[in-house]
Formats: sequence, C-alpha cells, structure tokens
Amino acid sequence: MTAIVLPRPNRRLPLPLVVGTAAVAWLAAWMLEAPTADWITFTVLGLTHESHLGETLAFLLEDLPKVLLLLTGIVTLVTLIRGFFPPERVRPLLVGRGLVPGSFAAAGVGVITPFCSCSAVPLFIGFVEAGVPLGVTFAFLIASPMVNEVALVMLWGLFGPGIALAYMAAGLTVAIVGGLVIGKLGLERYVEDYVWALQGRPSTAIAIRLTWADRLSDAWAYTRSLVRKLLPYLVIGIGLGALIHGYAPTDLVATLGGRANPFAVPIVVLLAVPMYSNAAGTIPIVQALLGKGLPLGTTLSFMMAVTAISLPEFVILRRVIKLPLLAVFIGVVSTGIIAIGYLFNVLVS
Amino acid sequence: MKTIEVLGSGCANCNRLEANAREAVIMAGVEAEVVHVTDPREIVGRGVMSTPGLVIDGRVVSAGRIPSAGDIAVWLSDPS
Repeated sequence: MTAIVLPRPNRRLPLPLVVGTAAVAWLAAWMLEAPTADWITFTVLGLTHESHLGETLAFLLEDLPKVLLLLTGIVTLVTLIRGFFPPERVRPLLVGRGLVPGSFAAAGVGVITPFCSCSAVPLFIGFVEAGVPLGVTFAFLIASPMVNEVALVMLWGLFGPGIALAYMAAGLTVAIVGGLVIGKLGLERYVEDYVWALQGRPSTAIAIRLTWADRLSDAWAYTRSLVRKLLPYLVIGIGLGALIHGYAPTDLVATLGGRANPFAVPIVVLLAVPMYSNAAGTIPIVQALLGKGLPLGTTLSFMMAVTAISLPEFVILRRVIKLPLLAVFIGVVSTGIIAIGYLFNVLVS
Repeated sequence: MKTIEVLGSGCANCNRLEANAREAVIMAGVEAEVVHVTDPREIVGRGVMSTPGLVIDGRVVSAGRIPSAGDIAVWLSDPS
C-alpha cells in the first residue's frame, strides 16, 4: 500500500528545541519539588516536623506536584508510543487465529492499543467483518479499556511494581477468560445480522503518514485534556490522603469495605457501575481507598469495574449485538472482576 | 464545493473535530459542507475503525485523532 502523505502547515518552532526545553523543565521540576515543599513548610512558614499541620501541608505540597508531574510526563510519553499501534494496525495480527491463542493475543495488544469507548462499535464491526473470531474480539474489548499502560505506569509510580503488576495480571485474566467463555458458548447468532452482511474492507486509515510533530501535539493535547479532567479529583483525593496522613487515620471505609464484610467486593463493583472513567481517572480514588485501608483485592475490583463496566458503552454495543450476548458479556466480566477481588483479598493479607 | 465528513458517534472528541473542521473551512476560504456521519456501517465502510475520522471529498485524511483547524485548512486548500 502506498503511504498517504498529507501537506502540513509550517510550524513556528523547531521540534528538537520544544522537546528539549520541555524535558529539561520537567527534570528540574521533578528534582526540585520535594525540597521546595519542605522549605516552604518548615522554613518559610516555620512549622515543625512534629506538628500535624506541618506534616499535612508538606505532604500536600509535595504530593500534588509529584502526581501532576508523573501524569504529564508519563501520559505524554505513553500516548506518543501507543499512537503507533492503532486498532487498524493490530487487527491483522488477530485474523485467522484460533480462539485460545487469539484471546491471549487480543488481551495483550489490548494493553497497548488506544481505546475510546465511543469507538467500540466501529471497532467491533471492523474486527468481526475482517474475520476476527467473536470471543477474540471480546477479549480485546474487555482488555483495552481496563488494562492500559497509562494506568499501569501511574500505579507503578505511586504504589510500586507489586500493585501495578497485580492489576495487569488480573485485568488480562478477566479479558482472556471472558473471551474464551464467550467464544466457547457459540453466540454468533446474537450478533446483529447486518454486521455479517458487511463486506470485509481494507483499512485506508493506516496508510496515512503522521509526522513526529503531529504525534507529539496529539500526545500533548491528550495529556492536557486528561489532566484538566483529573485535577479536581486529584486535589480532593490527595487532600483526603493528606488529612489522613497528618491526622489520625480513619478506618470508616476499612470497616465498611474491609475483610469483616464478606460482601464488600460485589458492593464496590455495584457502586462502580454508574461511575465511568478511563483507567487513569480512577487512580486518585484508588489512592484514597488504599490509604483508608481498603484491602487490595476490593480496591482492584473497584478500579476494574469502573473502567470495564460502563453503561454508556453497553448502550452503544447494543447497536451491534443482541440482548442475550450483551447479558453474557456483562455477566462474564462482572463475575470475573468479583472473583479477582476475592482472590487477591485471600492471597494478599 | 468540497464535502467534509466527520465520522463519529457524537462523542466529545467527534464534536471537537467537527468544530475544527468548520473553523478550517473559514480559514481556507473554500466552499465546503460539513456532514457528521454517525452510522457505524458508514464509518467502517470508509475504512475507519477508530473515531473520530475525517474524510474530505471521499478521501480519509485522519482517524483516531483530532487534527487542528490549521492542518485541516491546508488539506482543504490542497489541489490534489
């Protein structure tokens, strides 16, 4: 296929200069923010390390910039990388594979492929008409919004590799098992008939050649909109964390959602149904919940449910699949998420 | 008279792209109509899986991203 090269307007600033300046500014901010926060709290305001207010303020001044820096830096980089793996490009990897290898591959590429729930329907049709098996398509649809690398890197940066890898393993398991179950059940007749009637069409979109300037400005635009959306939650989430850190830790959440309550996992999953956010958006809430002593399994269930169980996405998917298949999809995903929650609560104690 | 099609289900990103396209028409000073295509069959039929997509006179110029009004204006003025 010949590449489509579109004309571009002249950019005013040379690209290496913009990237270099941004990188230096980021590094400087990263190294200076903790000492600056300490200096303001303890030297300028004269608060002592022993005082609750001093500890709380240092925590707030230190953590908010830290999370913001992590977010902007990592999200920009990761968005830039995943721009190279649009669904149009990964689809050929999944065509003509058996259910088992296909489901594993689909869950794997689902991690790196960018996904927006408003693309769910064209993506579903595009996969199915190209000959990707139904179960494999669902493995991708489950994994893509739930396990994305932005969430993984954020979890890694804030809570360490253990929780990040646990979340990834859990999400991939739900996606693979979900794909296998849906594939084995043979539910092809519950896909709307018109989907099968469509002719397989090669994708024209992958032929478009993007410049580095395009990719960088796309990544930066995405990061800006994500940070703008997250900022209020971050302030609230870290604000709560700061209060807990400085003052006596409250165990209200821990009592309600803790081990003593055997229904905690299904309850948080139900609570998550009306909430919809992309995976990165749940991080501040996860931080607050873990900080309040909610067990890891329950917290992971909550995070997975917020990202994977979304009412608007189900309404959109109803345009391509009939109710029984939609019900099986919702059932398999929620059961998987609840099972993972219990499993982690038992394993990590 | 050029035809610009915005492919998308009416999500926030698709609406932003449509706004950019309308701005581009004014910037480029060309005559063009902007249509929003929401039928998933039509979208896939144009070879696009990731929305929002942009089609100018039947040619897919972008998918899964939001090009700026400036970029779209250049494409609109492109004679090819």
